Amino acid sequence: MPRADNSRSNLDAHPTQLGGVRAQSQNTWGLLLRNPIQAIAIGIVLVSVIGLFAYVGGYLSPHRLSPKRMVDAFEEIGGGAHQGFRRAHAKGICIAGSFQATAVARSLSTATIFVGSSLPVIGRFAESAPDPYASDSTQSVRSMALLLRPRGAPEWRMAINDTSGLQGSTPQEFYENLRASTPDRQTGKPDPKKIAVYLETHPEAVAFAARMKAKPLASGFANDSYNSIDGFIFVAPDGRRRLVRWSMQAEDPFATLTLEERKSRSSNYLFDDFLARVARGVIKWRLIATLAMPGDPNRAGQVWPSDRQQVDMGELTITGAESEAPGNCRDVIFDPLILPPGIEPSDDPILSARSAVYSESFRRRSGERHPLSAVANRSAGSP
Amino acid sequence: MMQPAERFNLPARFLHWVMAALVFAMLLMGIGMVSTVSPRYHLILPIHRSIGTIVIVLVSVRLINRIMNPRTPPPLPSDLPNWQKMLAQWSHWLLYTLMFLLPVIGWSMLSAADEPIVIFGSVHLPSIVPPNARVFALLRLAHTAFAFVLFATFITHLGAALFHALIRRDNVLESML
Repeated sequence: MPRADNSRSNLDAHPTQLGGVRAQSQNTWGLLLRNPIQAIAIGIVLVSVIGLFAYVGGYLSPHRLSPKRMVDAFEEIGGGAHQGFRRAHAKGICIAGSFQATAVARSLSTATIFVGSSLPVIGRFAESAPDPYASDSTQSVRSMALLLRPRGAPEWRMAINDTSGLQGSTPQEFYENLRASTPDRQTGKPDPKKIAVYLETHPEAVAFAARMKAKPLASGFANDSYNSIDGFIFVAPDGRRRLVRWSMQAEDPFATLTLEERKSRSSNYLFDDFLARVARGVIKWRLIATLAMPGDPNRAGQVWPSDRQQVDMGELTITGAESEAPGNCRDVIFDPLILPPGIEPSDDPILSARSAVYSESFRRRSGERHPLSAVANRSAGSP
Repeated sequence: MMQPAERFNLPARFLHWVMAALVFAMLLMGIGMVSTVSPRYHLILPIHRSIGTIVIVLVSVRLINRIMNPRTPPPLPSDLPNWQKMLAQWSHWLLYTLMFLLPVIGWSMLSAADEPIVIFGSVHLPSIVPPNARVFALLRLAHTAFAFVLFATFITHLGAALFHALIRRDNVLESML
């Protein structure tokens, strides 16, 4: 490398003298001017690196579906951000209990969750709306979220819905569905034209709507069943990997309410009923895994044929419930990709999106003041 | 009087270039993964966490090497303007500080969020901060803000290295090769 004569280190020089500094400062800019090609080359390198950073960060791709855009869409559906609350499934209550696996579960997955005795569980029941004060009679999608935390072993988190599948199978479809069903600012209702256009081009959304219409709505959280929505991989002790979906199937007998009955109830009736039910005694669900057959679509917008093999993996027992507060389920991210070894993500693209979006929702709400929820200061059973 | 070193010692040079690659990759992975809901998000996240812990170890070794060998940083060219010498010194300590702080903040914020912290597929790191959403919010903000400061410092560092190599044609870049 060629060297200028003045480049030799000379410890005896005193560049700190004021006059020297000024002369050399000018010299720095002078150097740049005297070496225009090198100066431009350096500029190009720096701008390219900054450009690469900007490109990777999505600053040059406004149409990239980011967690921020997805959460913004949820906020808009909910009539603006509800400070302190989850940006979807905002109205909820914390639950606690235990999980006891069956022996056969161990033959499907090596997860320590399925080994040994009963383990503690905390969780959350919620309605899917982004509005934490929505009236229960207006809501048709309920969810159960769970955190199974065996002592000294990896935990398992899940967020499962009482719907059969999803409106779409890709994050982009889900996002477009959200946008199409966002209430118009003037009318306060979704634009039927936008929904019609969306349905015309999205047969999975049409099928979803038909399944929703066909399914009677459970009368409460306790007698409702909840589905994993997405596919996961169970890794068996013999190394065999199976694509599965699972559900928590209520042991409480199913019942439904007519629309008139629902409208006559209080705006928090689902939560009031649930607290009353917990106060009467424990509530149980069975964890049922459904095993895919070769060729079954691993798409959240498509259901599998009803004759698929089902395996009873264990029993969930909920013993108590209490309003969201620091230290219970309130600040837990029910990220469906927090899985123990033995349960792995599948290539269902919705999973990564849920993980990213839940994280962005938590980023927003964690720094906000927590207003009282619609079901504040309540508890029943032994949380 | 001892002669000043012409170059950084071998461990310093080796660590510098390994970390340059890792830190640049970490900045890209970080900004990239929060920009997408695609499967790349879940692909990159565990790699980002694993490399973060490697960076904590490497920067610690590097600081120990630096402190134990006070003679090893070759002096800057004596005719370098004072403001550039100051900038060089300050930016180097800023780089060391941020390279250490960013992964520690990352680890802390996951702890505060009560998330399991898994690296290299199956190694569980202990939680180093009790679960607290408010603390998470602060750390999460700091993680982003400091990452941008680190990127700006990195760009300055790169620009300065090229300035020394191509325009001043002194031995500053050479001392790290």
